[in-house]
Amino acid sequence: MGIFDTFRKGLQKTRDFVADGINRIAANMGFFDEDMLDDLEMLLVQADVGAACSIHLMSKVRQEIKATGDASRKNVISTLHREMLDVLGQAKPLAFEKGQLNILLMVGVNGTGKTTTAGKICARYRKQGFRILLGAADTFRAAAIEQLTHWGDRTDTPVIAHQEGSDPAAVVFDAIAAAKSRGVDLLILDTAGRLHNKANLMNELGKIRRIIQREAAAAKVETLLVIDATTGQNAVTQAKVFTEVAEVTSLAITKLDGNAKGGVALAVAHETHTPIALAGLGEKLDDLMDFDPQAFVESLLPIHQA
Amino acid sequence: MALFEGLSAKLQDITAKMRGKSRVTEQDIKEMMREIRLALLEADVNFTVVKELVAEISEKSKGVEVMESLTPGQQVVKIVHESLVDILGQTNSKLLVSPSGFTVIMLYGLQGAGKTTTAAKMALMLKKKGKKPMLTSVDVHRPAAARQLEILANSVDIPCYIQPEEKDAVKIARQAVDRARYLLCDTLIVDTAGRMTIDTEMMAELKAIGKVVNPTEKLLIVDAMIGQEAVNVALGFDKEIGLDGFIMTKLDGDARGGAALSIRKITGKPIKLICVGEKIDAIEEYYPDRMASRILGMGDVLSLIEKATANLDEKKAAEAFDKLKKNQFTLEDMLSQFEEVKKMGSIKDVLSMLPGMGNKAIPDEHIDEKAIDRSAAIIRSMTKKERHNPGILNASRRKRIAAGSGTTVQEVNRLIKQFEETQKMMKQFSGMMKGKGRMPNLGFGKRGFPF
Ligand SMILES: Nc1nc2c(ncn2[C@@H]2O[C@H](COP(=O)(O)OP(=O)(O)OP(=O)(O)O)[C@@H](O)[C@H]2O)c(=O)[nH]1
Ligand SMILES: Nc1nc2c(ncn2[C@@H]2O[C@H](COP(=O)(O)OP(=O)(O)O)[C@@H](O)[C@H]2O)c(=O)[nH]1
Ligand SMILES: [Mg+2]
Ligand SMILES: [Mg+2]
Repeated sequence: MGIFDTFRKGLQKTRDFVADGINRIAANMGFFDEDMLDDLEMLLVQADVGAACSIHLMSKVRQEIKATGDASRKNVISTLHREMLDVLGQAKPLAFEKGQLNILLMVGVNGTGKTTTAGKICARYRKQGFRILLGAADTFRAAAIEQLTHWGDRTDTPVIAHQEGSDPAAVVFDAIAAAKSRGVDLLILDTAGRLHNKANLMNELGKIRRIIQREAAAAKVETLLVIDATTGQNAVTQAKVFTEVAEVTSLAITKLDGNAKGGVALAVAHETHTPIALAGLGEKLDDLMDFDPQAFVESLLPIHQA
Repeated sequence: MALFEGLSAKLQDITAKMRGKSRVTEQDIKEMMREIRLALLEADVNFTVVKELVAEISEKSKGVEVMESLTPGQQVVKIVHESLVDILGQTNSKLLVSPSGFTVIMLYGLQGAGKTTTAAKMALMLKKKGKKPMLTSVDVHRPAAARQLEILANSVDIPCYIQPEEKDAVKIARQAVDRARYLLCDTLIVDTAGRMTIDTEMMAELKAIGKVVNPTEKLLIVDAMIGQEAVNVALGFDKEIGLDGFIMTKLDGDARGGAALSIRKITGKPIKLICVGEKIDAIEEYYPDRMASRILGMGDVLSLIEKATANLDEKKAAEAFDKLKKNQFTLEDMLSQFEEVKKMGSIKDVLSMLPGMGNKAIPDEHIDEKAIDRSAAIIRSMTKKERHNPGILNASRRKRIAAGSGTTVQEVNRLIKQFEETQKMMKQFSGMMKGKGRMPNLGFGKRGFPF
């Protein structure tokens, strides 16, 4: 299945929801009046796009109508489409290159899919012939190390781990040393889930980030914030705080394969401008795709709707 | 403290303009309803629920008159809060117990919602209440899921049945029931794999497991951070398996938790418990009024007070309160207050529960975890007489105390000042809460915390 089809399948429900909504709102009229634009705005909110981003998108639509006098369904939908793409920005997939040390730090709140995504990324780059090392820096959650080790075994990748309850910073330190001495191309560090309002846990992450900076100054470092697509507007706060503390460079949106409405991707992008690199579309090793804004928006709001 | 910070402030703004008018106009109400709608949507309350709720509130607000005592804004805030409490439920509903003497609790939810952690928490909670629980994991899908449950169970010495190699969840479930009965356990808690409700195969698995374990109590575990989809998730599980109630998790975060309102309104099923942390004892009773305040952005002040009072030694608290009423509160009492505060956990954890603190990671340099320890050390270095008569603390005594406690004279001075302020504040306070048995924490001093 191509990228487009996978997104389409994952977001099927949302697409139907949006399409139904638009049909309901615009019924047989073929154009949007002010009330209908309000309804459209609320439709976006219902898809988890959030109030701020929905208002932004609809103000663009209103501007367009004002400028062109064209309130046709076709123009409204295609403007919305264009503005959604604008919010998401350019596609910016992870770009690791073999032959140098790359470090990928997985961060996020509890249960979003960090470990699973680490496993999936590992599988992807193994296929491309990368030498990879996994670092089990979630020393807090019960059996987190075993969970990561499972993905290590599945992808034939060594795992650097200490005991449960030990200092995660020490794991990071050792993992970097091992990565350097073994000459690996990619070190993936899984960390414990942490809520962004816990200062001590966020400080721990800051410390990990500093150790990476110090011990692997020459490495290309990506910090990937993993966000669960079923999350509501709290995702925006997560993105802001994690970016501050851990210098997040990319986002991964997971669980787009199921119940999620998916609009939270827009809410987060609108607020942070951090590129979304990856989409998680299931629990299996190959359920990972590069996030393609075009395909995503088209899945959410098909242009042929117009 | 400003109640309902954001929303309240906005409603006040709107009504400030109406001074002099005797009645709230349609237009005023419309403006206020817009703010309420926005606040609820920002809290992830389901859109349909918001719409109905705002219509109700709007209707109730129409009668509001401009009074002397409360501004219309305050009155509307009150109406909003009451409407929320109404929906969020009267009860803190008890867990069901099977008349057969063998209760089976089964937990369901999306991936990563907190099922496994909650299973262990519930088992510990029941054990503390004198029950004999057993845990089992029928999660054959997520790697190391069963091991996660086993590790948690072992840490609190609760029997746990797992079969990590077995791929048939129904088979494990059957064996778990046999084992629990064999061990003469009275409660079996079944942890299931996370799943999406649109995954028909996985939903069918739940039914098959249910046939075997015959659950008394079917609980949906809901992450407080969940968005607009909460209602569909709840309805999806309810339709397939028939839920008895919900547990909200991760309420130690700063998500408003609007899902609680949506789910209550749409399904009418009770919220049975809430989870407030990763540790195995972080499970609490559910209170509708607190949830309402949280959704409206009032923070978790009440929970914090509850936490403080739960950890307080009741007898000591009563004594201190008595003294307080008689104006006999001494440094000795303050010392025991410090010791109680320490029991509540780290200052950072306590702070993170305060409204407005939620999403700000507090920089370390502003928090001195050792402050309480040092304050306690200072009081411990005083003689009995000094503790009861701080008036006699002259310069040389203060110097001695500083040396004895490994602190500085400035710190000793500060503590004594803090004590005097506490005393003053508490005098005012005792007038206000005449007759009430419970007492807030005294050691926090005038500005909140001793640092
Ligand atoms: N459907 C679906 N499930 C996912 C996806 N990614 C992860 N999961 C599931 O979500 C749950 C949590 O995933 P983990 O990888 O353990 O998440 P984590 O962030 O490492 O969790 P903690 O370390 O406990 O904070 C597991 O049940 C995963 O199988 C996805 O893209 N789609
Ligand atoms: N902060 C916080 N984390 C929680 C809470 N409940 C569970 N978690 C964490 O959320 C993640 C997923 O929990 P888990 O029990 O494995 O979820 P499951 O996939 O539904 O079984 C883990 O990292 C847990 O430690 C809670 O109340 N507060
Ligand atoms: Mg993990
Ligand atoms: Mg689990």
